[in-house]
Amino acid sequence: MIDAIEKKINKETMMNRLFGLILALLVAAPTWAAEALTPETQIKNITNEVLEIIRNDTELQQNGITATAIAMIDAKVLQPHFNFSHMTSLGMGKEWRKASPEQQGLLVREFKTLLVRTYSNALTIYKDPTINFKPARYQPTDTEVLIRTQVLQPGTKTVDIDYSLEKLGDGWKVFDVVVAGVSLVTNYRQFFSQEIRNGGIEGAIKSLQAKNQTP
Amino acid sequence: MTTSRSRFHSRFVLIIATLLLFLPGYASANGDGNQHDPWEGFNRSMFSFNEGLDRVLIKPLAKGYEAVVPTPINNIITNFFNNIEDLMIAANNLLQGKVKASASDLGRVVLNSTLGIAGLVDVATGMGMEKHEEDFGQTFGRWGFGNGAYLVLPVFGSRTVRDSFGLLTDLPLDPMTWVEPTGLSYSMITLRQLDARADLLPTEKVVEAGAIDKYSYLRDAYLQQRRYLIYDGQPPREDD
Repeated sequence: MIDAIEKKINKETMMNRLFGLILALLVAAPTWAAEALTPETQIKNITNEVLEIIRNDTELQQNGITATAIAMIDAKVLQPHFNFSHMTSLGMGKEWRKASPEQQGLLVREFKTLLVRTYSNALTIYKDPTINFKPARYQPTDTEVLIRTQVLQPGTKTVDIDYSLEKLGDGWKVFDVVVAGVSLVTNYRQFFSQEIRNGGIEGAIKSLQAKNQTP
Repeated sequence: MTTSRSRFHSRFVLIIATLLLFLPGYASANGDGNQHDPWEGFNRSMFSFNEGLDRVLIKPLAKGYEAVVPTPINNIITNFFNNIEDLMIAANNLLQGKVKASASDLGRVVLNSTLGIAGLVDVATGMGMEKHEEDFGQTFGRWGFGNGAYLVLPVFGSRTVRDSFGLLTDLPLDPMTWVEPTGLSYSMITLRQLDARADLLPTEKVVEAGAIDKYSYLRDAYLQQRRYLIYDGQPPREDD
């Protein structure tokens, strides 16, 4: 009897252990997968996935990228790999700290919409571009890395797109995108300070919302 | 014929010089006080003027050009002007002490002018000699001259005080202005500018998507881009 109980307990602990192990693997696996990705691979994947969505966007030929394609780019590619709160604080510069946590939440949401649109459009500059990845120079211990790419189309000007990435707990995240020398993120700093001087943080949020509501 | 052209040139010089002379006394009416843009009031009106000119004349022409000229010819035209421009880029790189870059620019001109049939094909890029982007505004920047105030010039558009002086140096050294007769020279310059404007058409979508206030978006983009170019794509990070 006692034997049987002991066996049962043993079996249970074993099951528990096994279950724990599986759980641990499940939790850890995505992190491992993310950590295995170098910043270069990360950018290659992002660019290829975005270009793939753009290529499949049939309306692009006539009217520019569609809202559906932008939403897809956002959900599938950018949301997991872009650090939008860092981007917003970088874009606002010293004004960021003037915003309350609720305002910061609203700002991130609106700024994200704006950035996703701008970035998606930047990758549609050329119809069928080749992306050239420049060799990246960084140490294994670096937590911030710059990855340079060139968007090429024969006969026209090459467009440089540089990405700044930071190493976070769940892998490398993009926090700045520089197109032809212009940061899609920090190019709003002057605008934000002027806007906040005139209408406060609320004014800046309203302008962003108004901009995002235009088709 | 040369006189009419130099008169044309000196008119530009006169306009730019007048602006540079009188604008410092012109205080911006609103007290917004952007440190880079003290002449915002003037700049905004010049910006609307340029936008209007682009809307009614230059952009429609560029669109027409793009619709009429087949892509291969368009590429040939772009390459031809790029090849001539590479000469001035080589000179500027040399003046900035970048001997290797300058030699590569000259190499490009030699290769593209011979193998590339008088510059109609850009063979050098494929051989790993990248095209650079240099002008006198950047050279002056490299020599230590600061931007000075932001300034929107009629027709030429975004500049800074330093880059306006750069433009004043670029213009007379532009090989296209040496072409004889004058009529041909003007036609070549018109074709080049049209081709350049047409190449910009697809990038407008990005500005449209990103700009909340087009004037300040383009101004800040210009200032950032110039900084990026002066540092040859490696500007130190600006914090706050």
